[in-house]
Amino acid sequence: MTIVETDGEKLLTALRSVLAAKGIASPAEIAERIASTDSANPGQGARMVAKAWTDPAYRARMLEDGTKAAEELGIPMRGMPPLGVLEDSADVHNLIVCTLCSCYPRAVLGYPPFWYKSAGYRARAVRDPRGLLAEEWGTVLPDHVRLRVVDSTADYRWMVLPLRPAGTEGWDEQRLASIVREGDMIGVTIPRV
Amino acid sequence: MMFDPGSSVRVKNDWPETRGPAHIRTPHYVRGMQGTVVRWLGAFPNPEDLAFARPAATRALYHVRFDQPAIWQEGRAGDELVVEIFEHWLEPA
Repeated sequence: MTIVETDGEKLLTALRSVLAAKGIASPAEIAERIASTDSANPGQGARMVAKAWTDPAYRARMLEDGTKAAEELGIPMRGMPPLGVLEDSADVHNLIVCTLCSCYPRAVLGYPPFWYKSAGYRARAVRDPRGLLAEEWGTVLPDHVRLRVVDSTADYRWMVLPLRPAGTEGWDEQRLASIVREGDMIGVTIPRV
Repeated sequence: MMFDPGSSVRVKNDWPETRGPAHIRTPHYVRGMQGTVVRWLGAFPNPEDLAFARPAATRALYHVRFDQPAIWQEGRAGDELVVEIFEHWLEPA
């Protein structure tokens, strides 16, 4: 019998006991990690974005250290890769890809969407990013805006802090967070009202 | 070697995967290309050893900026690619 023919549940149970016996990961630690992985979703990143839009001091801390800024909002980051935050401005638009696999800021955005892992997205994001944005996403950047494609190749995970859209003046954090989508924090789309 | 932000660097035009099993975090499209160090991101265990469960020394990791049209011979002037690259893949340029 090879490993692919083995009963998955049995194999997992055996692996868990070995991890516990060797002191690598206790059942409680595994349960904690499963819970935090399952609870991560784009709403977490959206809360960070909304806070950054309304609180300049938080925004500065978030750009300095994304991991600490996430923890500040109660998002579990223990054991997660360091989180970096890329700031969009009037002149620069950021787009995130992982050409080598599917590195994704899971702690703050949850599981990566299917398209993020596709060969098509990964190849076109670095070679023809403006075509990808315009044709696949309907995102057309103004001519004066520089496009920065960030290839997430190693130990960091990246999220985009997009521009706050016009028409949201006076909105509170919760309302602002409700318009921030997964794609806005990867850079394929732009938040709109 | 440490690189300051703004340093001009070239990514080694090396292809370890042609010499045997390898786990490389330097994308093909930047090998041999010239770029500019944006900043030091920290030091992390070398994934090329980590992937094979070998003792992995920590290596400095940099954010390096490349001119996007120069790499692909197409695209919009001014657009850029920013890639995480370990120090042992970089040479002064």
